[in-house]
Amino acid sequence: MSNSVQVESPLHHAQLDQLIGQSNSGGIVLHEAALLGHLNLRGNSDDAEFLAGVQEALGIALPITPCSSANSELAQIMWLAPDEWLIVVASGSEYEVEQKLRSYLKGHFAVSDISGAQTILELSGSNVVELMKKSTGYDLHLDSFPVGKVIGTTFAKAGAHILRVSEDKFQLVVRRSFSDYIWLWIQQGSQEYGLTIV
Amino acid sequence: MLHIHCPYCEEMREEEEFSPAGQAHIQRPLNPEELSDEQWARYLFFRKNPRGLHHELWLHAHGCRKYFNMTRNSVTYQIMETYKMGAKPSITASEEGQS
Repeated sequence: MSNSVQVESPLHHAQLDQLIGQSNSGGIVLHEAALLGHLNLRGNSDDAEFLAGVQEALGIALPITPCSSANSELAQIMWLAPDEWLIVVASGSEYEVEQKLRSYLKGHFAVSDISGAQTILELSGSNVVELMKKSTGYDLHLDSFPVGKVIGTTFAKAGAHILRVSEDKFQLVVRRSFSDYIWLWIQQGSQEYGLTIV
Repeated sequence: MLHIHCPYCEEMREEEEFSPAGQAHIQRPLNPEELSDEQWARYLFFRKNPRGLHHELWLHAHGCRKYFNMTRNSVTYQIMETYKMGAKPSITASEEGQS
């Protein structure tokens, strides 16, 4: 028996890597940004020391405006709540970033590595907005959902955080336990447009 | 479907994202060990069920996962206002003339 441990994304069983290139026509393009580092950060956004500590550790200011996000080379930060953020970092660097945050932050805060708890699905393509309209009740017009905005809402009745990366590209942060259901939903919902896996 | 303003996300969201959590502004007694069983039961179990204006606790379950307060008319379902935890309602039954 081998002692090595193989890390698997929640959609490992769907074998998405084998579906890459099988179809290259379709209005929906799906990519699983699998096995990235996910860190949940909690702290008081009224505390200037906390904000400064995060800025020093990550090289980027914490987005404190509701439903906003921020990007740097090291990390992508999503606002989840007034005292809660999701920090997405490159695969394998989550421990290092966690330690860095711990060394810069003092007082009342919490950093948790939740990489195994969720995965990120990237949806794009010419019909992506139509698919999103079937799946969520949120108003997808650019006036209400501009690029860079992140919302916690329901996607096909399952809880998800949705980030608008560009006009026709969305990132879905979904829980491990919902990922198979959402994969099935995306397959069914994109039948009329065609689905390409990249 | 109700359209509910979340005071933390600072925008209107679909009712599907929320769950109601009962009556708002219930204060935990500061001296539980000195209370009679009846007084303690009153704190734990007894809730108002008014016809008309009601202050309720709601959870933005799929959004920011924060509890907040809502003033709602239990007959017409009209939502008068939502406000953060710790804040006081600006609309109360006495102002509405319902006592």
